Amino acid sequence: MINDKNSQKIVDIIQNWARQHSIWVLAYGTGCGAIELPPTMTSRYDAERLGVRGAATPRQADVLLITGYLTTKTLKRVIRVYEQMQDPKYVVGFGSCTINGGMYYDSYNTIKVLDKYLPVDVYINGCMPRPEAVLSGFAKLQERIAEGRAEGAKKYKENLEWYRANQKKIIPNWVMPDYNW
Amino acid sequence: MESVLYNILGAVATFLLAFVVGMIYGGLNRKITARVQNRKGPPFYQNFIDAMKLASKRSAIHHGIMQHFGPAFIMVSSVMSLMVVPVLTHNQWFPNLNFHGDLIFLLYIMVFGPLGMALGAGQTGNPNSAIGVTRGLSLMTGFEIPWVMALVALMIQYHTTSIVDLMNVQIQSGTWLMFSSPFAFIAAVMAMLGMFRYSPFDIVGAPAELASGPISENGGKYLFVMMSAGSVFAFVKLTLYVDLFMGGADNLVILLVKTFVLYLIPVLYSLTTVRYRTEHAIRWFWGWPSFFGLLAILQAVFFK
Repeated sequence: MINDKNSQKIVDIIQNWARQHSIWVLAYGTGCGAIELPPTMTSRYDAERLGVRGAATPRQADVLLITGYLTTKTLKRVIRVYEQMQDPKYVVGFGSCTINGGMYYDSYNTIKVLDKYLPVDVYINGCMPRPEAVLSGFAKLQERIAEGRAEGAKKYKENLEWYRANQKKIIPNWVMPDYNW
Repeated sequence: MESVLYNILGAVATFLLAFVVGMIYGGLNRKITARVQNRKGPPFYQNFIDAMKLASKRSAIHHGIMQHFGPAFIMVSSVMSLMVVPVLTHNQWFPNLNFHGDLIFLLYIMVFGPLGMALGAGQTGNPNSAIGVTRGLSLMTGFEIPWVMALVALMIQYHTTSIVDLMNVQIQSGTWLMFSSPFAFIAAVMAMLGMFRYSPFDIVGAPAELASGPISENGGKYLFVMMSAGSVFAFVKLTLYVDLFMGGADNLVILLVKTFVLYLIPVLYSLTTVRYRTEHAIRWFWGWPSFFGLLAILQAVFFK
């Protein structure tokens, strides 16, 4: 009965509903995008009414928000933070810089395509994305969670070698444990 | 045999009631905070959604056996104090295991959870946890003094260490203890501000500063257990205050009204102030609250 496929489906729907309406965000303030988060959270746009609220540490967070450009130096910390988060976890790429480098397209020390290093669930376009865009990005993420398609963590585990190879290309002195969650 | 079964069922019912009420109060706290800040705020049942999400996390890592037991200690402490505190004055539904001296037992068991938590947080090796634990224990030395003074005043005045006896005193005399021992009530309410750890006494969690302190390494199911235990414990504290100072409650509606009015004190006070530093918080508790506690003891000794 418990392992029945249909009852598992019902459990999934309930769990995804809870995940969808309770999103704890770890805002990793890498770039200039972090400045758009206070207006998103405070009284003008009030993201808390959608269940989006800040988390203090990676252990408690559901969403890792990469706000803007990511330098090669911060990539290491971001990977560590991502691997400390508990499954299921989602990554939201914030701003043009995470999509194709944005205005830093020819910079020598920033990451151009975030998806090569971490499994991104939702990109929010713009430079900078306004709070409306951020909220619409969260709405999109909620949609994906409800449909059960936001499985970035699973993808990351399955393709760990590929991600690791990409990451190690950027980080030459890799002194982290290889398995970190 | 039947009475044992009955007690167990009653205990489960009490636990469920405490859990639901505590969670809803936590959600209402978030809603009130949001409305004061001119936001719409999350729905009042948001805490249930959060708890469900935390419980349905697929992974939950721990750094050792002590951290694994930390949340369990808090839960055990909450449930034990819940079993001692009478929920309603006359009822068959909520059994309580009260005995002579349960007020003193409660004083001990209420700090048992935070101590177990401290052991668990120590094992995580996170510096934020260690700072949070030291802050929490310091804060406890602060608010325990007016709190114990208020209780000792009640014990001296009415020659009893039993919660049920204190409730009977109020029923017989017809006045609440908050009117017949006002200083004890003031001291106890001021201590309650520290017990709830809302602003300005949120120095333990301090999200922006300590990354939520002792619980910073706990995610998923561990955080779920802590959240539930915290909700149950909030209900226990509020019910204890209603029992001791506001004459208990005859039915659930009266209990909810009285506890919610009491709960508004720390909630609304937290909205008007910002976080103290640790030494400021302790100095605050050793100032006026302890003074009122002393007055309460003097009143109990000299004007019985």
